[in-house]
Amino acid sequence: MAPARAAVRHLPRAPRAVVGSNVPRREGLEKLTGRALYVADLDVPGAWWGVTVRSPHARARILSIERDLGADGARAVVVTAEDLLRAGRDNVVHLIADDQPFLAHRSVEHAEEAVALVAAPTREEAERAAARVRVRYEPLEPVLDFERAETIHKTCAIDKGDVAAAFAGAARVVEGTYRVGHQEHAYIEPNGMVAWPRIDGVRLVRGSLQCPFYVHAALTRLFGEPAEAIRVAQTSTGGGFGGKEDYPDLVAGHAALLADACGRPVRLLYDRAEDMVATTKRHPGRIVHRTALDAEGRLLGMDVEVLLDGGAYVTLSPVVLSRAVIHAAGPYRCANVRIRGRVVKTNTPPNGAFRGFGVPQVAFALERHLDRVARAAGLDRVELRRRNLLADGETTATGQAVIDAGASRQALDAALKRSRFAATARAHARFNRRHAHLRRGLGLACFFHGSGFTGNGEIRLASEVALELLEGGRVRVLAAATEIGQGTRTVFAQIVAQVLGLPYEAVETVDPDTALVPDSGPTVASRTVPIVGRILADAARELDAVLARRVGRPPGRPWTRRDFAGAAALHLDAGGERRVTARFSNPSGQRFDETRYVGDAYAAYAWAAAVAEVEVDLTSFETRVLRVVAAQDIGRAIHPRLAAGQLEGGLTQAVGWALFEEVVARDGRMANGQLTNYILPTAIETPPIELVVLERPFAHGPFGAKGIGELPMDGGAPAVVNAIADALEIDLDRLPATPERIAAAWLAARPERRRA
Amino acid sequence: MKLRLEVNGRPRSADVPPMKRLLDVLRDDLRLTGTKEGCGEGECGACAVLLDGELVNSCLVPACQADRRAVTTVEGLAAPDGSLHPVQQAFWEKGGAQCGICTPGMLVAAVALVERARRPSDAEIREWLAGNLCRCTGYVKIVEAVAAAARARRPGAGARRPKRVKR
Ligand code: FES
Ligand code: FES
Repeated sequence: MAPARAAVRHLPRAPRAVVGSNVPRREGLEKLTGRALYVADLDVPGAWWGVTVRSPHARARILSIERDLGADGARAVVVTAEDLLRAGRDNVVHLIADDQPFLAHRSVEHAEEAVALVAAPTREEAERAAARVRVRYEPLEPVLDFERAETIHKTCAIDKGDVAAAFAGAARVVEGTYRVGHQEHAYIEPNGMVAWPRIDGVRLVRGSLQCPFYVHAALTRLFGEPAEAIRVAQTSTGGGFGGKEDYPDLVAGHAALLADACGRPVRLLYDRAEDMVATTKRHPGRIVHRTALDAEGRLLGMDVEVLLDGGAYVTLSPVVLSRAVIHAAGPYRCANVRIRGRVVKTNTPPNGAFRGFGVPQVAFALERHLDRVARAAGLDRVELRRRNLLADGETTATGQAVIDAGASRQALDAALKRSRFAATARAHARFNRRHAHLRRGLGLACFFHGSGFTGNGEIRLASEVALELLEGGRVRVLAAATEIGQGTRTVFAQIVAQVLGLPYEAVETVDPDTALVPDSGPTVASRTVPIVGRILADAARELDAVLARRVGRPPGRPWTRRDFAGAAALHLDAGGERRVTARFSNPSGQRFDETRYVGDAYAAYAWAAAVAEVEVDLTSFETRVLRVVAAQDIGRAIHPRLAAGQLEGGLTQAVGWALFEEVVARDGRMANGQLTNYILPTAIETPPIELVVLERPFAHGPFGAKGIGELPMDGGAPAVVNAIADALEIDLDRLPATPERIAAAWLAARPERRRA
Repeated sequence: MKLRLEVNGRPRSADVPPMKRLLDVLRDDLRLTGTKEGCGEGECGACAVLLDGELVNSCLVPACQADRRAVTTVEGLAAPDGSLHPVQQAFWEKGGAQCGICTPGMLVAAVALVERARRPSDAEIREWLAGNLCRCTGYVKIVEAVAAAARARRPGAGARRPKRVKR
């Protein structure tokens, strides 16, 4: 049963619909005229340049650090872990396990780990001085292969039903092992921060970041100072995708330490090469599936092992792993599920958050595996999925009954219809008969993504937002959610305007600054609209109630701008509060058992299916993606054009990961840390993308909206690789599907084909 | 050297080493920070500007090569009265910018195309923009915007195939 629109709250009758329309983007004009200021554009008089001295070894003991800067010494400062400890600083990047230092002390655990910091008046002087900091190391044997690593950062497990019995009674068991590699975020603006020394008891840091309060917490801990003594403000940010979730804590800490040491503002701006080799990536992984089927091709039992490479420090790995494990069985019905997850330590730079956060890895494995399962069961791959996709109210691997789970089938049907799947497959068969050296194929993937923090994370976060009354009946949104390209400021203004029935223009937004905005949590996990947007809608309803009470009219009716301004003036004149705040209230009553991994892992899921069409050249084994069709249920598109932009961008990153984005490591260090040899999709390789946006509202999201940022990244890669496998009738079990790998699989498959 | 050049229609000068990158001259000496650096090696196109009307990556152009020439940056695309260039207008309407860091270079590249090419096809637009990386948009709305701008622009009979100068 579809939840009716009427179940969605916050739907006052507005004079005109703001939500659901393509209002002008808030910061759009600055970005189109070159006026938007990114961190590298800040004019900071008197600022020095910072440089980071990094380890060339993947694992080593630090024997000594000499800092005889010679003639440059007078005009440069150096900071090492020893200095930091001597000054009573806490050399710990505050996150989950608190195991990562700001500066390596006595040992280094990964290549490119920061060992010392240098600042000087110019970049050239700083680089010269950095070259004179001599670190003597005793190299140690590193652990580089995560499949052999023994140190475990974190494990987690799901047990549902009786897996042993399911396998004992199975008509068929299919096994498979799948591997995925790193992926580099490659936001076009590298990481960077500007820090000021302590002025009037406050340290200010401005820069490129997703999560101002993460940086704030990290600096508070580093300097051992109270919250008011640290101020973090975001500059225009040139992309993040998760890559600016936790790493900016380090960059900001380094910049602040240097500013402290030299008593001047310091600009610490990474160039492309430094950003690529030193900062986080998507976790590589190995996923093993054993699947039990009954005679009709229904999933009886799923046994899954998820192994991720966490890199040298824990950072965000535990939460990436738990999201991966929860999504590992996919949007499918299966009564008996056993999932074991493990993220291990290697001597490589820590892997971190990247759009999808563990789900792209497991979605690739499962969707590739299901094609193999279909073949083994003699079933059509569409039919296999259709038989097993969840229906409304059925339960996920954690036993969560999801009211709108049937949206996964709607997405599948919509994607098949839009791509004319069956007819296209027949056309491909004809094409392949006519062409000796070209093969076309179709691939399909079904996937889902939980919105917001996992489990009880949102309850613990207890995010807060505020609305502020301004002169002339305008309202200002105060939230820590950052604009990093997705359109946060625009959709927030839309939501508040719609609840109050005010015009879009009457609502203002600000660049997040920890001194001005409450902590509405990090800008991650597809939570900005469904979680923070919902709290904003609550705040707007509260503001409406306050003002309505003030002028004695019933709440929940749209305001004219004049009436609103009048009520606001009356309210303020009478000494009423200028600010209204609201906090996360767990509106869906979500409950999750974090030790047993049972219950409501997420308040809502977005559902999707993608179809990719490819052409592979049998002389070069290069793949051209002809088209991607994706149907995605996002609850409600607050701003349809921005929503489409998210879906298109995410699918393109998935195509890149599927085909050519590959980190080549040598001795634990990225060897292709340039855009010359780490290949991103250009406009040429990016296929036409066709979207079908489905809107089955989430009762507790603002106007029905679910999270959408990560969803498109989850299923694009398996759709593309399934299409290649279909085109060549080969098996591919590893990402990216480079020409070399495709050729190897093609050659391996040939004898078998000859016999057939 | 004493560098003289015309930037966005105005004569400018700067005292710079001859091999200083044009990108740095624009950003540091002339404080025109609209032009961005995404890679510093000619791969991303975030630093694209027009040099005497030709599209170049300013991170690869030494200052001396720009001497006595005309440079157009993103800051020079809008009319003096602030009205947007048709390409900017189309990006605005179609949603061609997300994070915005690739946008200045993308706009300059697109302007170079639509000022000369008649009704470029989808494939021609994609080919032309292949030197400009965007990690956010998947190019869909950018290509739509350029096509719309080219339609709105309708260049005169003198239109010729554009030339993209790299390295
Ligand atoms: S900065 Fe990337 S091409 Fe110039
Ligand atoms: S809009 Fe972000 S890189 Fe293009």
